[in-house]
Amino acid sequence: MNATATSLVEDLLEGDHRALARVITKIENREPGYREIISALYDHTGNADIIGLTGSPGAGKSTLVDKLASHYRDQGLTVGIIAVDPTSPYSGGAVLGDRIRMTSNSGDMDVFFRSMGARGNLGGLSTATGDAVKALDAFGKDKILIETVGAGQNEVDVVKTADTVAVLVPPGSGDAIQTLKAGILEIGDLFVVNKADLEGADRTVQELREMIQMSGDYSAPAGGGHHGIDQSALDSDGEDADEDEPAEWTPQIVETVATDSEGIDELLETLQAHREFLRETGELEAKVRDRNAAEIRNLLRNDVSSLLEDEIERQGGIDELVDAVMARETDPYTIADEIITPIEDCLEDDR
Amino acid sequence: MSADQKQDTIRCLVAKVGLDGHDRGAHVIARAFRDAGFEVIYSGLHKSPEEIVQATVQEDVDVLGISILSGAHNALIPKIIDGLKEYGADEDTLVIAGGIIPDEDKDQLKAEGVAEVFGPGTEMEKTIEFVRENVKDR
Repeated sequence: MNATATSLVEDLLEGDHRALARVITKIENREPGYREIISALYDHTGNADIIGLTGSPGAGKSTLVDKLASHYRDQGLTVGIIAVDPTSPYSGGAVLGDRIRMTSNSGDMDVFFRSMGARGNLGGLSTATGDAVKALDAFGKDKILIETVGAGQNEVDVVKTADTVAVLVPPGSGDAIQTLKAGILEIGDLFVVNKADLEGADRTVQELREMIQMSGDYSAPAGGGHHGIDQSALDSDGEDADEDEPAEWTPQIVETVATDSEGIDELLETLQAHREFLRETGELEAKVRDRNAAEIRNLLRNDVSSLLEDEIERQGGIDELVDAVMARETDPYTIADEIITPIEDCLEDDR
Repeated sequence: MSADQKQDTIRCLVAKVGLDGHDRGAHVIARAFRDAGFEVIYSGLHKSPEEIVQATVQEDVDVLGISILSGAHNALIPKIIDGLKEYGADEDTLVIAGGIIPDEDKDQLKAEGVAEVFGPGTEMEKTIEFVRENVKDR
């Protein structure tokens, strides 16, 4: 690690805002040396609660994040926020508009808000946000909120880097709930029906409730248990524990009106309940393990793929290889074999 | 060896500061910057100098574009620049201003640390070109 990087890490750990901001920039730009920075910070991570919020555009994510941050600040906690917005595939540019809603914490440096453009890097977005979360974690933030539009695999991967995932559902999105079933339902630990003062909110809550009931064979009646943890399993804690099935989390539904701070207390309680559930059941450790496994695989996949790109260059570039295929001299499978076999042999020899 | 190709994107904060409710111009600039391939963060209306400083530091933008049509530029812009200095963010942030700023105020603003002032009718390409050429090395 060079001198600049070392001092950057030191400054970040000492609580320098600008150093934190610069580290995140390096992560985003994948500047040379950013990996060493993350490695150096790694030892200082693992203390923050990470919450992901996702939902369709206009669902009220930014406003809700703003209110959550302000409530956490009232509790004396520090907050880091990463808001991801799409990047135009045409110009590579982006308008990152989530910051506009951050009105409750203006001037409060203990709320660190960072906008990130998706930048269209395949699979890299979740790596970048994951690393940015690590920077915030090492900086000492108590709560880290990740906000992203819930569309597509990229975004799903992003929220998977969170311990708790809240999916925002605006009222009157009956058909939208149908589409939620695929992908989003599985990742939601809680569903927030925001703008609950609007017409159709009751119906949306009802539909969500049915959906949750149908998807999991949850023993508790939907909406019955206030805080989602399978009550029978939890109550047994300390009495005749271990006899019951391990507690299961039933996704919870919370109604909020973010603009008026309505329902925020209940949302905070539910988030906390999920947190405690994760901790008590050992789920949290399992999640962190999964996350680490995914991260190792991700990094290796990226590295190997760039290794292969270099090899393709050395073999005359992709165009030359394609020419050979076009001329029917060879085929893609043969080429892939030819490139990969020497690497396989290398690894074999190493054994 | 790594998969990480450096992806440099110019990040820009388009800021509205003070009691000035007109942001059509700021929107137009934001969109032009976006189409030029920049990442644009828009501050929203009625921000205080402190909020602009907070956003500039946290977002680590290369460019801070301040739009003022209220006439309060001589009071507000120095406050922002002082705030940036406090965080050591003044040296490598390109500060530009736009809106209704009389010619006779420009020299003073430039002395304060504003790199350029763009008035009404400035061609978008000119502003974009200026940003590309003057963004600070980091």
